[in-house]
Amino acid sequence: MTQEMSAKEFIARRIALELKDGDAVNLGIGLPTLVSSYLPANVQLMLHSENGFLGMGPAPKEFPPIGKPRLVNAGGNPTTILPNGSTFDISMSFALMRGGHLDAAVLGGMQVSEDGDLANWMVPGKNVPGMGGAMDLAVGAKQLIVAMEHTANGEKKILKKCTLPLTVKGRVATIVTEKALFRFHDGKLVLEEYAPGVSVEEIRAETEASFTVSDKLTEMVISQVGL
Amino acid sequence: MKSKRLEIEQVASFLHDGMTIMYGGFMGNGTSPRLMQAILDSGVKDLTMIGDDSAFLDATKGPEGVGLLVRNKRVKKLITGHIGLNKEAQRQMISGEMEIELSPIGTLAERIRAGGSGLGAVITPTGVGTLVGDVKMDVTINGKKFDQKQIININGRDFLLELPLVADLAVLEAVKADTFGNLVYFRSMRNHNPLMALAGKVVIAEAHEVVEVGSIDPDHVMTPGILVDHIIYPQ
Repeated sequence: MTQEMSAKEFIARRIALELKDGDAVNLGIGLPTLVSSYLPANVQLMLHSENGFLGMGPAPKEFPPIGKPRLVNAGGNPTTILPNGSTFDISMSFALMRGGHLDAAVLGGMQVSEDGDLANWMVPGKNVPGMGGAMDLAVGAKQLIVAMEHTANGEKKILKKCTLPLTVKGRVATIVTEKALFRFHDGKLVLEEYAPGVSVEEIRAETEASFTVSDKLTEMVISQVGL
Repeated sequence: MKSKRLEIEQVASFLHDGMTIMYGGFMGNGTSPRLMQAILDSGVKDLTMIGDDSAFLDATKGPEGVGLLVRNKRVKKLITGHIGLNKEAQRQMISGEMEIELSPIGTLAERIRAGGSGLGAVITPTGVGTLVGDVKMDVTINGKKFDQKQIININGRDFLLELPLVADLAVLEAVKADTFGNLVYFRSMRNHNPLMALAGKVVIAEAHEVVEVGSIDPDHVMTPGILVDHIIYPQ
């Protein structure tokens, strides 16, 4: 990782290489949204927006005024739709999510357990925004990719058991942090990649969950778009 | 045929304290601003509101949606999926001034659809093993009473049993209506509106444009006019 690059950018650049041309993908708010900035030129995604459309494009140069008919993303901000896009109601939108019609979902994470549980929607007594679409997305997407920094203020986030309220049980497929990439194989957590300059010992020291090291362990390669 | 045109001042005659209202919209996009204002102006209170989220508190960021009624303390209970961008809704939840039932949005939508579709329940994997399943709920199944949301295991997989939702009134926003009430929505403004058209005992739609019947191709109608009782015409 270069000194100038933030952990979030590094994670987004790695996930950009995880997605395949033509994949239907939902990118969660925050870090996951960055992924679309680093997609290789030969990878075009069909981005799903949970508020009711496929084929989300870039933000428009000028925002139509509030009160006029507007196309907005799930965060309520104006966006655009591609020529091959489609619009629908929430029942259809969440059928796409819950029904396994999206190739991947990228969600931020507060904690992930060694059983593949994800916690990312509330901190009791501090922040209870509501789960929104996160639970439906997490339960249904073909591949659930969690994008998160490896630790938060020194606290470990990849744990034996999540201590925060869960978003979903046993559905995480891939975890990408600025230090490592893990995948679940037959329900077991496996370290497959390490970030440049990060040792397996360092990853062990910052990871509470039990994991095995893949015999194909490699250094992480990230998208070079714009570098 | 009797005209479905309703003046905004007449909306009050459909409102009473303690009623349940569904409102279309997602982050206020597709929530009728004039109907929200009419509900506020009527003075009605102790409302149970059912809708996607509590929209924006900061009117420069986006529409206030149901937040108008929340901020003016008209809402007793909000059944919704997200209140994260409305600090006033969060404050009222934490202080106990307003009861909030949080629901995954997909589950909320299917409960509304089920309520308007004659279905007995929604059986969904969403929320199994989370706090969503850990909710007090009075339900009688096969004559047996339960006070907890039930997990139903079907062919080896766990699902939550969620109950249908209906409302005394549903308020919609459409970009176009014909005089019969057939509706067309614009882009992301469709969201929950067509589902709520099924689930409200009375359905009032604000339309940005009203056209004669025959002007909308039947293939392009998104909500059939028989579901829409009243239309608020553009100003």
